[in-house]
Amino acid sequence: MSIYEKMMSIDRRVLFVLIALSVVIPLLKPLLLPVNVTKEVKHLYEFVDKLKPGDVVLLSLDYDPSTMAECQPMAISILRQCFSKGIKVIVTSLARPEGLGTAEMALTQAAQEYHKKNGNDYVFLGYKPNAAAVILAMGENFRLAFPNDYYGTSIEDIPMMKGIKNYRDIKILVTISGSGIIDTWVIYAGGRYGVPVGAGVTAVMATDYYKYLQSGQLVGLLGGLKGAAEYEKLIKHPDMATKGMDGQNMAHLLIVFFIIIGNIGYFLGKRAKGIKGR
Amino acid sequence: MHVSSSIGVWIAAFLTLFVYSFLYKDNPFYKFAEHLVIGLAGGYYIVTVWFQILKPKLISPLFQQGNLTLIFPLILGLFMWARFIPQYSWISRWAIAFTLGVGSGISIPSVMQALIIRQIQATMLPVNFHSYIGWMNLLIIVGVLTSLIYFFFSAEHKGILGLSAKIGIWFIMIGFGATFGYTVMSRVSLLIGRVQFLMTDWLGVLH
Repeated sequence: MSIYEKMMSIDRRVLFVLIALSVVIPLLKPLLLPVNVTKEVKHLYEFVDKLKPGDVVLLSLDYDPSTMAECQPMAISILRQCFSKGIKVIVTSLARPEGLGTAEMALTQAAQEYHKKNGNDYVFLGYKPNAAAVILAMGENFRLAFPNDYYGTSIEDIPMMKGIKNYRDIKILVTISGSGIIDTWVIYAGGRYGVPVGAGVTAVMATDYYKYLQSGQLVGLLGGLKGAAEYEKLIKHPDMATKGMDGQNMAHLLIVFFIIIGNIGYFLGKRAKGIKGR
Repeated sequence: MHVSSSIGVWIAAFLTLFVYSFLYKDNPFYKFAEHLVIGLAGGYYIVTVWFQILKPKLISPLFQQGNLTLIFPLILGLFMWARFIPQYSWISRWAIAFTLGVGSGISIPSVMQALIIRQIQATMLPVNFHSYIGWMNLLIIVGVLTSLIYFFFSAEHKGILGLSAKIGIWFIMIGFGATFGYTVMSRVSLLIGRVQFLMTDWLGVLH
């Protein structure tokens, strides 16, 4: 086997071990590489930051445990920002029923940190199937879609919900999503009812939603762990996403290195064999 | 170092390791974890649908509070089950037709407005050559038009059409490249999440 063939046929298990090390070592010995804030993340932060105490944000945590690594830090950061400013939060989880647990986990963590009370400072409405119908119903009246909250309390008995009827009573809707539900929010809540929409998505989905930023249909967009780390930096509360960014950078560098190695091996190998063309 | 004493954390940690063992090669531990997650997700879904939807939205209001209007959705729902009986499977089409009719009526105007008209508006941008934004606007317009031309198959891609399609494919490739980069980032993020769980919640070597 020639050197070029060896360059192109490194055992994938060696690559897996190296990728694992590139993630583990920076977690143990942080490199503290800088996290630059992009304008799409900053726009969402600034929108929420301009809200006054008592204003209401609708936060839909539309992800489940499979995308928790990216979405949970975003959700916790936005909740921290809202709670630190005295903004009230209505939380839903409309993508999948499996998301109820992760949504409640994020909400409970942030609420405990800021000593916020269920029913007074936040409401967890839970899950209902058929997101489009639920989103449209909430546009008319939250009570149509959710007569009770997740814990079974009637909406009429929840102090925070007094005077809150529909999207006209909320300042912004933020969806943190690991699925295509963002389209549904943009189409129905944003398009039909005119509520400003912000979004946080997994990195694999991010490129699909830049079109909404350019058209002004999204206020801001957080993309993957990087977006979460940027938000943590903006709220001055570095946490899991920030800690993970060193590993993310090192893994990317390693992948780029091996892509270069593989390509060098491919092209030099072809030249050595005298093959022309692509 | 403070190793977790929670049995739940230990189970989650071992299941994580079982799943990652697939990277070496397929094995019974991976298969066990795979089957477990499918079974759990199915069970969790059924329980959630029962307690969050069927019971509070249908069973209790209909049979305990006597809200008879709910008979209509109940019957439509039952029609869907007719698919399992070949000679009566046509009945399920009524429920499907109702869902499609309502869904289309609600979605078509909104989707047209949000996904087509707003996106076309967003491409009608002022172009000038004296500012950075003016150049970027030109880039967006050229990118949209040439990418659309690439997908125009009613004429042979020759001459100006061929050139535009070639430029279009470059824009599309750049889009694919960005998507691939983000996909890599996403997958690495998932690994980071699991490693953080193992090192923080399980082994306690990170805080």
